[in-house]
Amino acid sequence: MTELSEHIIDWADPTTEFFWNAAREQRLVIQQCAACHSYQFYPRPFCLSCDSDAIEWVSACGFGTVYSRTIVHLPAAPELGLTSPYVAAIVELDEGPRLLTNLVSETCTIGSRVHVLWRPRKGQAPAPVFGPADDAGELRQ
Amino acid sequence: MALTGTDRDIYIVGVAEAPLGEVMDQSELSMIALAAREALVDAGLTMSDVDGLFVNYMGEEGSVQVGEYLGIQPSYADSSDLGGAAFVAFLGHASAAIQTGRCKVALIVYASRQRTRASRKLNHWNSKATSSQFEQPYGLPAPLGQFGLLAARHMYEYGTTAEQLASVAVGARQWAGMNPKAWKRDPLTVDDVLASRMISDPLHRMDCCLVTDGGGAIVVTSGARARDMANTPIRVAGTGESHHQWHIPQLPSLDASPGVASARAAIQMAGITRSDVDVFEPYDATTMSVLLALEDVGFCARGESGSFVEAGNLLPGGSLPSITSGGGLSYCHPGALGILLVIETVRQLRGQAQQRQVPRATIGVVHGIGGLFSTAATAVLVRD
Repeated sequence: MTELSEHIIDWADPTTEFFWNAAREQRLVIQQCAACHSYQFYPRPFCLSCDSDAIEWVSACGFGTVYSRTIVHLPAAPELGLTSPYVAAIVELDEGPRLLTNLVSETCTIGSRVHVLWRPRKGQAPAPVFGPADDAGELRQ
Repeated sequence: MALTGTDRDIYIVGVAEAPLGEVMDQSELSMIALAAREALVDAGLTMSDVDGLFVNYMGEEGSVQVGEYLGIQPSYADSSDLGGAAFVAFLGHASAAIQTGRCKVALIVYASRQRTRASRKLNHWNSKATSSQFEQPYGLPAPLGQFGLLAARHMYEYGTTAEQLASVAVGARQWAGMNPKAWKRDPLTVDDVLASRMISDPLHRMDCCLVTDGGGAIVVTSGARARDMANTPIRVAGTGESHHQWHIPQLPSLDASPGVASARAAIQMAGITRSDVDVFEPYDATTMSVLLALEDVGFCARGESGSFVEAGNLLPGGSLPSITSGGGLSYCHPGALGILLVIETVRQLRGQAQQRQVPRATIGVVHGIGGLFSTAATAVLVRD
């Protein structure tokens, strides 16, 4: 594990630094249990499915499906760098876990296939956001 | 039915609203004190009878601060944090405390001046919460954004429409028109709601609750004690609560709302069926909250709440009169609405709701939610 970056301010803690360090390399990582193979996000010190300690960080494939989304018409806190209106969404990763994120395009709606992108943040690790999967080379069915 | 009069049966014997709306001449503590005194008078009790205190959101050791302000030294206190649902959950907690002899007369109180203080923030991420780092970057305006996401998914799965959501607000306003204490009483149409500013798509401004000052007080005691009270005691026949996710992606599905478990527990404890319910007071933080409450409590099947509301079932004369005070959408929403929902239900069951009285109301259900659609507490109240 690399050292905790000085760029990760306020939010990261010893249990999440691996995630944010991977984010700096634009890798989306989640936890997987070596015993029961369940995936989980956000990180915990053991598997929520089987209580095993054999928890490992693995790279997610980066693809997912929009579970829900809302277009927010309120001004965001200035430090977030979001210009209203913006899209907040729940994305279900192909591995199973869901996370809150932003969609970079309003063309992504519920059920849309999406792929992870990285939004740079001043003084912090980049945040995973999502855009159309087509742009990442996923073939249409 | 006569009062059963045992220590196992628990009754609400006094209720009062605190000053509501825009409160410039009181503090939160004085609002609580005024409501508490009025609720005790309503019961025929005095402050010195109170030995159990159920309160939250009053600062550090808030129950101690409130007890001192009221001049009492309770033997039991509880500040469980369920957000807005707390003051519904406290009915269950107070019942258990009375049944186990921890206290005899429980006082449930709440007040806020979130409007006057302009303290309501839509992005109240707690930097101490480990998990917030995974949500704070995305600007979801809590809690309205959570309900926007739930509403969008409900529309996607079930074809629920913006008009159906709006009809919840229209119905609440119709009830509010009959409540002199309601903040908003002018007639409202579906078109008005749809024309109001978009907040968190698909929720418009008028799909979202008011931001007002307010609060209230509830006095709870045993059946043995309740026989001597000044007003018709209302039995706490069933209670249930459930504590779920803090972060909305952790909600597995719309079927897994916290309200499903809390309602099932309360209804089972009360031994009633849903068709017995005369009046329903759901926590209307948003119009979507009401649709979910109707489905979670089981008044309609999953996905059918939109058409259920659109058909007028919640309105005066409808099959399930609901939001009879005007609710958080039109009457008052002081940040934690649950206490006002209980007070309204008690008034309906006592027959004290004046113009908005639901005829022959004997069984009411209060369904509170809290946090970021995180918790739920349900209570079944009965006039014996």
